[in-house]
Amino acid sequence: MALLTFDRIGITGVAASVPRQKIVNAESTGFFTPKEVKSTIQKTGIAERRKADKNICASDLCHAAAEALLAEMSIERDEIDVLIFVSQTPDYRMPVTGTILQDRLGLAQTTAAFDINLEGSGYVYGLALAYSFAQQESIRKVLLLDGETPTKVYSFKDKAAGLLFGDGGSATIVEKIDYDNPTYFSLNSDGAGSHIIWIKGGGYRHPSSAETLRVKEHEDGSIRFDEQGVIDVAGFFEFTSREVPADMVRIFEYAGESYEAIDYYLFHQAAKFINDQIAKKMEIPDDKLPYSIHKFGNTSSVSIPLTMVSEIGDQLRRDKNRIFLSGFGAGLSWASAITSIDRCLIPKLVEI
Amino acid sequence: MEQFLEQLVEVLEREDIDPEDEFRDYEEWDSLAFLSIIAMIDDNYDMVIPGEEFAKLNKVIDIYNYINNHHKI
Repeated sequence: MALLTFDRIGITGVAASVPRQKIVNAESTGFFTPKEVKSTIQKTGIAERRKADKNICASDLCHAAAEALLAEMSIERDEIDVLIFVSQTPDYRMPVTGTILQDRLGLAQTTAAFDINLEGSGYVYGLALAYSFAQQESIRKVLLLDGETPTKVYSFKDKAAGLLFGDGGSATIVEKIDYDNPTYFSLNSDGAGSHIIWIKGGGYRHPSSAETLRVKEHEDGSIRFDEQGVIDVAGFFEFTSREVPADMVRIFEYAGESYEAIDYYLFHQAAKFINDQIAKKMEIPDDKLPYSIHKFGNTSSVSIPLTMVSEIGDQLRRDKNRIFLSGFGAGLSWASAITSIDRCLIPKLVEI
Repeated sequence: MEQFLEQLVEVLEREDIDPEDEFRDYEEWDSLAFLSIIAMIDDNYDMVIPGEEFAKLNKVIDIYNYINNHHKI
């Protein structure tokens, strides 16, 4: 089992960024009927989301968040020894975007820089890796960048996905700290569900061709082509209702901690009904369950750091909080973590 | 059965539901209604019906029977 333990390592700064351009779902009728829009807003909780224009990539959102964070924390660029970029919407298919960000941020050439292309579980997986690096004696600071532009992945005329997604970016600093912070991770995978969220065409299994670019109308009325994302919402819901609570039980047992000791439960913001269902099952009180989905939609792996900044930024700046994190998504891949954040530096949400 | 019908009435926000109804014909039926039913069954009967199993169910009574066969109501 991929259960990890750390101590005296922690998150000391988090920044998040979103594009300025807003999409108001209530105004998104036309392809969707008013009834479909109303029902989707009600069940997913997504009233508004942000959309990056064609000049803004996930890397740009991360770059803006990173600059704000480095300034807020007064970090010298040469203190960063590792840069991890989590994204499924990189600048190029080759090379990785991590090296491009290393250069753009003016980090030393002795910085380790690479990408992780996980979806909803990506932030928690990225944190696990960041903590692992930070444990090394020679590593001073790890910069975890997590950015996504899912509005460029899915068709706006997709009955299941057309109203769900928003774009965003984030930057997190992980480093050694001088107080106890028992931290636990549980990392999981199930490739049997690889088709539950996927983009069929445009990779090397089904290379880009006239066929993968052909726009098709599907049984449910969705209009998209095979190089756009597809979600089986029912299959995804079945997965989250089963596996996320089971992983919570696993990590709390492993950590030997009580559910009551947690101040905030930060779940990936996929859709409100998914998180409500998990919260109901695990008896998590509302005041420990921050939501940002009404403002930003489903921003894939960015939703966890974005929720930290936009919803509980003041609490994280002020006090020591014990937090639980849970990311889940395409792969299928899911991960949980328990850690503390003590008076973290958090710049105001950046808009670009 | 009575209790199950009441639970369905609540999640589908539909006044009259008959066990013999083909629920996919309801005006209220959509992918989110489907999720609400899966969630309601998870809440009340502590079971998640897999999507491919649910696809085989057509009438309201089929759902009831499925739950009954896999869990004591």
